[in-house]
Amino acid sequence: MNIAVLIKQVPDTDDVKLDPETGTMIREGSGTIINPLDLNAIEEAVRIKKQLEDDCEITVLTMGPPNAQFALREALALGADKAVLLTDRKFAGADSWSTAKVLAEALKKTRRYDMILAGEKATDGETGQVGPEVAAMLSMPCATYVSEIEHNENTVVVTRTVEDGTEKQRIQFPCLITVLSALNNPSMPTLNGKMNSRRADIITLTSQDLDIKPEELGLKGSPTRVVKVTTPQKTRKTKRFSGSKIEEGILELVEEIKSSVLNQ
Amino acid sequence: MSPSVMVYTEIRNGSIHPVSYELTGKARELADKLNSEVVVVTLFNKLEEKVEEFFSYGADRVIASQDDCFKLFNQEIHTKVMSAMILQEQPQIVLAPATTGGRTVLPAVAGMIHTGLTADCTGLDIEEETGLLLQTRPAIGGNIMATIKTPQHRPQMATVRPKTFKIPEKRNASGVIETFCLNDDMKRTTIEILDYKPLEAGTENIQDKDIIVSGGKGLKRKEGFNLLKQLAGILQGGIGASRPTIEAKWIEYPHQVGLSGKVVSPKLYFAIGISGAVQHIAGMETSEIIVSVNKDPDASIFQVSDYAFCGDLYDIVPKMMEQLKEKIADPVKDKEGESHV
Ligand SMILES: Cc1cc2nc3c(=O)[nH]c(=O)nc-3n(C[C@H](O)[C@H](O)[C@H](O)COP(=O)(O)OP(=O)(O)OC[C@H]3O[C@@H](n4cnc5c(N)ncnc54)[C@H](O)[C@@H]3O)c2cc1C
Ligand SMILES: Nc1ncnc2c1ncn2[C@@H]1O[C@H](COP(=O)(O)O)[C@@H](O)[C@H]1O
Repeated sequence: MNIAVLIKQVPDTDDVKLDPETGTMIREGSGTIINPLDLNAIEEAVRIKKQLEDDCEITVLTMGPPNAQFALREALALGADKAVLLTDRKFAGADSWSTAKVLAEALKKTRRYDMILAGEKATDGETGQVGPEVAAMLSMPCATYVSEIEHNENTVVVTRTVEDGTEKQRIQFPCLITVLSALNNPSMPTLNGKMNSRRADIITLTSQDLDIKPEELGLKGSPTRVVKVTTPQKTRKTKRFSGSKIEEGILELVEEIKSSVLNQ
Repeated sequence: MSPSVMVYTEIRNGSIHPVSYELTGKARELADKLNSEVVVVTLFNKLEEKVEEFFSYGADRVIASQDDCFKLFNQEIHTKVMSAMILQEQPQIVLAPATTGGRTVLPAVAGMIHTGLTADCTGLDIEEETGLLLQTRPAIGGNIMATIKTPQHRPQMATVRPKTFKIPEKRNASGVIETFCLNDDMKRTTIEILDYKPLEAGTENIQDKDIIVSGGKGLKRKEGFNLLKQLAGILQGGIGASRPTIEAKWIEYPHQVGLSGKVVSPKLYFAIGISGAVQHIAGMETSEIIVSVNKDPDASIFQVSDYAFCGDLYDIVPKMMEQLKEKIADPVKDKEGESHV
C-alpha cells in the first residue's frame, strides 16, 4: 500500500498569549511546528504500516518555504519513509485552490497513492479546504472529519464525526481522508528516528517539475484575494465582579439573560 | 438582470436546517443590491417541511431534487450535482452553510470548477463600485478580520456558519418548484454509506444551542459537570467543555469547544473554570454574551468576557442557579410555546 500524508508547517501557537491591551496574539518568539492534526494523519499512516507488517510506504509532502524541510524531517523521524518538499518563490501567496493545485500535481507526479491523508484544517489558515480541493483535482472521493479508519485490501471504512452523529462509509482506493484529533494520540519521535531523519534525503520539487500553468501559481493563480485586514476593537464591556460584589453581578446578569436572551 | 445568487441548503434527517433560511435571507439582501435573483437548491429524499417555505424567506426560484440517493449524505453525489447545477445556472455567487456537509462539498466543487471559496464568513456584502462580493472572516483565532474578494473567477463562493445571520421575517410569497433530474453519472459513486448513528438522546449538537454552559479543568473532577448540567438544565442550554476535560475523560469529544473541537456562537456562553487559552477562545469568541467564572484574577478568559466573576466556581455557580430559578419564568413551558410558532 502507498500512503501520502500532506503536512503543513504552522506557527507554534501553543504558548501564545493575548495582548491584554489590543486583544491580539503575541507571536514573538514562537517557532514552527507541524500542524497538530497532520500529526494525527502521520500517526495513522504509521499505524497502518505496522498493521501491514511494513508492506506499505509512507510519503509526506509539504508546500512551503525551504525551512519547511524541518517539518518533513520530523515526519521522517515519526516513521514516514519519503519526504517531498514543494518549494518555489512562485508558490508564495497561494490560497487554498492554488495550494491544492501544487499538491495535486505533486501527488500525480510522484507516484500512485492508494490513500492520501490530510488534517481536517490547519491552525493558521483554518480553511479546511485544501484536502477536499486536492481530492477533487485528482478526481478521487474524499472523506472529511474522520475519527476512525479501518483499512482493507482495496477499500477503507471510515467513521465521520458530524454535527448530529457519526457516519460510516466504505470508500474505494484511491481516496483522500481528512482527519480529526479524535483519531489517535500522536507519538513522540524516537531518538533513533531523529538521528536518521537528520541525514535523510528530501526530494525537492519546484514549479518547473510540475505540470502547472504559470498563471495558476501562487498569488497570481489564487482565485481569492485578501483585500483588507482589520483588528476588531474589543467590544466586550467586561464587567468584573469579585468578593462582595458577586451577588450584585449575578443579579445584573440574570436581568440581562431575562431580557436579551430569553426575551421575558 | 445580473446572474443569480445561489444557496446550497442543508437538509438534516429529513428536515430543513435553519441555516438554510438564514442564507436565503442573506442571499436576498445581496441579490437586491445586484438586481439579480435568489436561486435555492435543495437535495433531499424525504422532507417534513414544505420546500415552498423558501419562497417566503426570499427565494425567487427553488430547484429541488428528490431522490433516494440523498437519504444519507454522500459527498461525492452532492459534489457532482452541485457542480452540474452551477454549470447550468451560472450564478455569480454561491452561499453554503459552513457545516461538515457544506465544508466538504463546496471545496470539492471549487476544486472541480476552479473558483475561489472563502470559509466561515461572518460578513458578506457587495462592493458598490465593482459589484463584487466582500467576504469577511475571522483569521488567527478571531484576532484579526480579513476581507476577501474573488475578482476574476465565478462563481464567488462562501461558506457561513450557522447563526451568523438572522432568519428573515417570513413574507407572503409563493412559486413553482423546479425539479432537477439526476443522470446516472451523477448517482454513480465509489462511496458506500454503511451506517448513520445519531447522537444519543440528550447530547444534541451544541452548535444548535442558544445557550451553552462550558466547563474546564477548574472543575477539578468529573462530577463537576453535574453542577453545570443543572445550570444548563434551568436555561435549556447545552454543555461545552475545554480540551483537557475531554482528555481526562470527564466528558465526550462532541462537547469540545475550540480550535480542535466545535466552533459555537450561542446567544449566551458560560466559561466555568476555563483559563481562556487561544485555542479555546477560537471556538467561542463570537458568542453574543460571554460569562466567565474563574478564581484567577488574571485569567485570559476575562479579556473576552462581558461578565467576569472572580471567585470559586463551586460558590458562584450555585448562587447563579438560585437567582435564575427565582427570577426567570419556567423555561420548559416557554420553550414549548416557542417551538410551535
Ligand atoms: C493544537 C492545539 C489544539 C487545541 N485545541 C483546543 C480546543 O479545541 N479546545 C480547548 O479548550 N483547548 C484546546 N487546546 C488546549 C488549550 O491550549 C488549553 O490547554 C486548554 O484550553 C486549557 O483548558 P482549561 O482552561 O480547562 O484548563 P486550565 O488552563 O488548566 O485552566 C483551568 C482554569 O480553572 C481555574 N480554576 C481552578 N479552580 C477553580 C475554581 N475552584 N473556581 C474557579 N476557577 C477555577 C484556574 O484558575 C484556571 O484558569 C488545544 C491545544 C493545542 C496545542
Ligand atoms: N502548504 C501545504 N502543504 C501540505 N499540506 C497542506 C498545505 N496546506 C494545507 N495542507 C493540508 O491540508 C490540511 C488542511 O489545511 P487548510 O485547508 O489550510 O486548513 C492540512 O492539515 C494539511 O494536511
